[in-house]
Amino acid sequence: MSDIIRRDPRAEWIARNRLHPLHAAMQKSDTRWMGPNGLIRKNPHALAAGFVGPSGLKRIDRSGAEQGGGQKRSAPETAVRLPLHLVEQPSHLVAVVPDMVGGRLGSHDRDVFGLARQLAGATGAVLAVVFGQLREDAFDTAGADRLLILEGDAYDGYCPEQRLLALRAVESGFAPRHWLLPDSRSGGGELGRRLAASLGERPATRVWQMRDGFCSSRAGAGREDLVQPTPRLVLASAECAEPVSDTRHEARQVELPAPVISHLPRMEDLGAVAVDPSQIPLAEAEFILSGGNGITDWNLFHRAAAILGATEGASRVAVDDGHMPRARQVGATGTWVTARVYLAVGISGAIQHLQGIGACEKVIAVNLDPGCDMLKRADLAVVGDSAAILQALIERVAAHRQGGRRDAA
Amino acid sequence: MTDLHVVALVSVGAHPTSGRPRRAEQDARAVELGLRLAGEQLQVVHAGDVADEALRAYLGMGLPRLTVLEQPPRADALPALVEHLANSPAQLVLTGSQAETGEGSGMLPYLLAERLGWPLVVGLADIESVENGQALVLQALPRGQRRRLRVRLPFLASVDNGAPAARQSAFGPARRGQLQAQESAPAVDPLLSVATLQPARLRPKRLKVVSAGSAAERMRAATRKATGGGGQTLEGVSPQAAAEAIFNVLLDEGVLR
Ligand SMILES: Cc1cc2nc3c(=O)[nH]c(=O)nc-3n(C[C@H](O)[C@H](O)[C@H](O)COP(=O)(O)OP(=O)(O)OC[C@H]3O[C@@H](n4cnc5c(N)ncnc54)[C@H](O)[C@@H]3O)c2cc1C
Repeated sequence: MSDIIRRDPRAEWIARNRLHPLHAAMQKSDTRWMGPNGLIRKNPHALAAGFVGPSGLKRIDRSGAEQGGGQKRSAPETAVRLPLHLVEQPSHLVAVVPDMVGGRLGSHDRDVFGLARQLAGATGAVLAVVFGQLREDAFDTAGADRLLILEGDAYDGYCPEQRLLALRAVESGFAPRHWLLPDSRSGGGELGRRLAASLGERPATRVWQMRDGFCSSRAGAGREDLVQPTPRLVLASAECAEPVSDTRHEARQVELPAPVISHLPRMEDLGAVAVDPSQIPLAEAEFILSGGNGITDWNLFHRAAAILGATEGASRVAVDDGHMPRARQVGATGTWVTARVYLAVGISGAIQHLQGIGACEKVIAVNLDPGCDMLKRADLAVVGDSAAILQALIERVAAHRQGGRRDAA
Repeated sequence: MTDLHVVALVSVGAHPTSGRPRRAEQDARAVELGLRLAGEQLQVVHAGDVADEALRAYLGMGLPRLTVLEQPPRADALPALVEHLANSPAQLVLTGSQAETGEGSGMLPYLLAERLGWPLVVGLADIESVENGQALVLQALPRGQRRRLRVRLPFLASVDNGAPAARQSAFGPARRGQLQAQESAPAVDPLLSVATLQPARLRPKRLKVVSAGSAAERMRAATRKATGGGGQTLEGVSPQAAAEAIFNVLLDEGVLR
């Protein structure tokens, strides 16, 4: 941790108190010792270095019984391991269905878990219900005491009706006291309302605060608040509560007591539709390919963006030089982007640019300069020439696309 | 598609700053979509007060008439709408996804679908075709994405801001159109006996709290440049190997379609 020198008043007090059981351990041993010839040796320098007395004045004790506190107290170097919160026999369950965009817990999900921990209290347990493939292993620090994973082909793609059946099975199997879902456009808002309609529970929606058994939710177009006693089903907005930060939880896996029945879906998911990525507003785009001063061949850059299906972005220098329109500028004076994946090619990572990508989850950077800030920020940093790598990437993706088509045929 | 029987449900909205009654933004989009699908055959239904002038803004979009199921203020619109729709030949019902006044919980389309036993499409952006009692529809997703769904008729669809923008409301048609009142049994909303509506409070902004031990560490955290931390660095590899690594991350994240 830090190397700041700290006094340990307790150790000093023990060293002065000869009756204390730890007194001997607190004595400095190296000012007086028995030499090889049996003579008592003293280290006058160590003695003269003295110690700081209780009143803050330096003291020199030549009697040979120099008193403790000389040792530097340093904090242990180990990483902080949060205390484990165990709930063996939960008095009640609070079920949370996180969105898990991209298979990971987002900040909204963590806020909802924080709210769920408040509702669970010391004796209740938070049950996380997640669908499909997981790429998350941080359920313990998010605050989940129990974890129910519902896997299977039936939960792939868009299948709100099947998921609803699964949640109904959770309802009858575990009978949670509360249901909590993020009120988001990426699934939670819809699934929560479907669940509410199906269970016949009247939910509190867009909840932003919960206190003393009452919850406040935004009503109408946001000009009014609705305050009501906390119902069973709560759809919470982002930042509804502080995420769990000082405990670790068990995330013990549980199984559904009865299998989920499935029935013929009335809605069939035919997959995503290709949207022209250049039509998507930069601030909303999910995947951005951004170019800077390190791009030598802009035609190549545009071709790469087209084949990757990425929305184009640029650094200020690229915009000022006329390679890209102003609306594509990312950064403090451009657009603050929220992309899940940000691929920065030939961008040095000036602070004004990094500010604009603060909300990006995965940053990939390509740059010639191994010491630049962009590479430090990146989750995957590649040192190399932009043109060569873009060309190779185009070929790799083209090969993938063709392979896919051959498989489909 | 002209023989499709489409109903749009509308409410009275409120201007976000002045709070004056107006046509609700999302409901107007639902009417717009309905007009594109069914033209003048579109049925538009409102549950509330027939004397509400704001309803004329919908007529101004080119509707000859608008049906109003008469309800006292702050009543529950659901029973009246269920009864009306169950007795009508509607094959497609369009609604906004959230009201601009009152609770605005966005539950109405879900409850209607549950009561009627119809499937519900959330965030409808467009209807591509209707054939053999099935519709191909486009659903608007966050981040400007679209998804194609096949749904059996009849179904209910809610419309959000991903749907095409509503046309302007013209004054002449708004005056000429008819508001037709229909009697319906009033239903009391039990919520307002336990809940209170109050002017919205500003939400506290979340501060980035650094819970590090010492003051020096908090200072460092506050002034530190953004670093990913734990990132992987590839140096001195061939462009092909680098492209492969980038490609794998993109594939893992599911952004390559
Ligand atoms: C008030 C103010 C506001 C600003 N706002 C913004 C803003 O909103 N957005 C913004 O982006 N900037 C902004 N800037 C500018 C910012 O400070 C930087 O100047 C700018 O971001 C640098 O852009 P760059 O990284 O593309 O160019 P450079 O800093 O020139 O970086 C080019 C990078 O490309 C690399 N490179 C060169 N050749 C190759 C190659 N062949 N292959 C691979 N890599 C190569 C280099 O190693 C270098 O790291 C602002 C500045 C000010 C003063």
